[in-house]
Amino acid sequence: MARRAAIVGIGQTYHRSKRPEVNIGEICTEAVRAALQDADLSIRDVDAFVVGNMELFEGRYQQDMWQADFIGAVGKPGIRVTTGGTTGGTLACVAFEFVSSGVFDRVMAIGFEKQYEGDTRAGLKTVADPLWIRWLTTGAIGYFARQARHYMRETGAPEEMGSMVRLRAAEHARRNPHAHLRLELRTVEEVMRSPYLIPPLRQLDMCPTSEGACALIVACEEKALQARKRPVWVKDWITVHKEAFYVRGGRPSVADLEMAASKLFRRNGITRPMEQISVAEIYAPSTWAELEWLEAYGFCGKGTAWRLEQEGRFYFDREFPVNPSGGVVCTNPIGATALIRVAEVALQLRGDAGERQITREPRVGFSSSWGGSGWTVAHLLSVAKD
Amino acid sequence: MRRREAMRVGIVAAAQTRFRDYPEWRSHELTYLAVEGVLKEAGLPFRDGYDEIVTCSSDHWEGKTLSDIEHGEVSGAHLGPGEVKVTQDGANAVLLGYLKILSGHARTVLVTACCKETQVLDPSVIENFAFDAPYQQLIGLDFTQAAALQAMSYMSKYRIEREDLAEVVAREREAALANPLVPRADPITVDEILGSEVLSFPLTLHDRKPVCDGACALILAHEERARELTDRPVWIKGIGSCYEPHNLGDRDLAEPRALIRAAGDAYRMAAISDPSKEIDLFEVSEHYSYQLLLWMEGLGVCPSGRAVHLLRSGRTDRRGDLPVNPSGGLLAGVPRYVAGANRVIEAFWQLRGEAGERKVQGEPLLALAHGTCGPAGQHHCVIVLERGF
Repeated sequence: MARRAAIVGIGQTYHRSKRPEVNIGEICTEAVRAALQDADLSIRDVDAFVVGNMELFEGRYQQDMWQADFIGAVGKPGIRVTTGGTTGGTLACVAFEFVSSGVFDRVMAIGFEKQYEGDTRAGLKTVADPLWIRWLTTGAIGYFARQARHYMRETGAPEEMGSMVRLRAAEHARRNPHAHLRLELRTVEEVMRSPYLIPPLRQLDMCPTSEGACALIVACEEKALQARKRPVWVKDWITVHKEAFYVRGGRPSVADLEMAASKLFRRNGITRPMEQISVAEIYAPSTWAELEWLEAYGFCGKGTAWRLEQEGRFYFDREFPVNPSGGVVCTNPIGATALIRVAEVALQLRGDAGERQITREPRVGFSSSWGGSGWTVAHLLSVAKD
Repeated sequence: MRRREAMRVGIVAAAQTRFRDYPEWRSHELTYLAVEGVLKEAGLPFRDGYDEIVTCSSDHWEGKTLSDIEHGEVSGAHLGPGEVKVTQDGANAVLLGYLKILSGHARTVLVTACCKETQVLDPSVIENFAFDAPYQQLIGLDFTQAAALQAMSYMSKYRIEREDLAEVVAREREAALANPLVPRADPITVDEILGSEVLSFPLTLHDRKPVCDGACALILAHEERARELTDRPVWIKGIGSCYEPHNLGDRDLAEPRALIRAAGDAYRMAAISDPSKEIDLFEVSEHYSYQLLLWMEGLGVCPSGRAVHLLRSGRTDRRGDLPVNPSGGLLAGVPRYVAGANRVIEAFWQLRGEAGERKVQGEPLLALAHGTCGPAGQHHCVIVLERGF
């Protein structure tokens, strides 16, 4: 790496399904202000901006144009990247690259979504190939229902496993003041009362549509060492795409997740991920996906994640904390969702995660993003510089 | 923005489709034509020949969310190099490819850009959604109207006439006669331009870039890798990008401040103090006729208000000593999103002496490529290139 980069400022808005009191620009301002305050910096200290969201969901065109004034980018360099669900993860990667390149000293990445202002499902429906299959797709729910069914069949996991994942998410979200759904769910039965979307996927198994924004300030080594708070060092990042011709049939493949994690872990000397990684924030749009994907990333063996879940091992105060923020099933402002994963890992490594702070000693954290036709972006952050 | 001497990044190969109406191809098929061309030229295999991919396209113009599923697939992203999509003018995709290599995260990057403009029936509907929702969108602005306001502002400040704009169009169309890649290969007179349909006063049909389809692709590489791949690399010497304020009323539309700043950053990185003396040719993104004048001034080719006289002097012609848009520019017909990346490619070909009939005189050493997006040029990107052989 040409130059080390570190996260020195973290800002998040609060999230709701509707935030009618702010517009798209204003919701980004909230996150930018929070990040600057966290880093004890002024907007004048930021050299460049990396912005993104779901390109079609609010119906806005060239969203960065209107956003520029609200994020403080006027008179400064900026780039807009949009990679679907992984947008937030890509924003982080691009900010890391801007800083590591040596051209910019401090870069701000800003992701947001205001889903109530658009029509998410209408936007997502156009993902399918217009010539062949657009008429038979139904957005994300069908995909994750199939995934859940296959996982149950292959691993023997009983139907209440999805609900157990949700209970953990709810417990974590109640500890996170930024989470959108902080539900008082205490028993599996309560979750199982939620209606089926497509069996076996229930409403509470799936992520909500949220409005919110997240901003990160990434700095070069020299500036990071002057930062007010302890910098969180960026170890590595990777993107792997699976460009499936978009017929949503058959078993959803996890080849992208497997390849991303195995390459990332190999080149960073991680051979026992659950031991060497202290915390994981993974972008799982449904409870069932979270189980299968923990296996795909190599944290545990095929078909074993649900048993570890049964034993409660993924809670924030246990040996391998997964999504101590409550995860995507509690908070999902899409363009920000993946950036929040990075932000939450950074908070954990800094020891600033409040009531959701993991009890294990934080050393290295893993954050992942998922989207598109099966894309994974993953990052490794660490407390130590090397 | 710092100057960097430590490592050089080069463009080693470039390819593009011809720009025209392509009813027979889908947009990502156009991208594939460009990818196939660039890989052949660089001698690299599909997918395994590069570490990262930067694509550039727009969901709105594709009529499809996540347009990079297809553009990524034909670029080799399936379980291969990581892909990222830039949703701005294509010059920014080149800029990101450059920074990726400088960061050490990639050694070789494939950059692609594509737009199939002909599949959009009414661009003003899309453009209107770029304006802020509470105020400017509601009054029905589109990019042509924003450009017309900017044109009026610029023309009244510097006493430019409609005839001067028509001369710009005629000049670009004349230059395009030497460019086999663009659709507008027919010359046009000033009278014909002035007599054509007024889109938004003072801009006529011919003052606006024509609609067309196409794609382009480039291979960028780290210095050592670049020298392995070609003995005629072109180095990226400087980059800059910058936003104007969004509200048209908050800007002095006659002064392209963001462009001045983006160019200033690029010149500082490239250690250029007088662009009009040191840079041998300029490829500028004029989406509308008046923009050629305004952007030339913003880039420091000449002082404010003087571009029209400089053009008339003939110095900026292909055979002049300060060539601007020997390709015919965007008015010759280049798709948006592709536009800035295509400026880079034109500059690359000129520096390599591969620009065919549109080749400038002598052996140019430094060239500038410019891209812009947003209403009335709200965002600019400037890239300075240097012949590396």
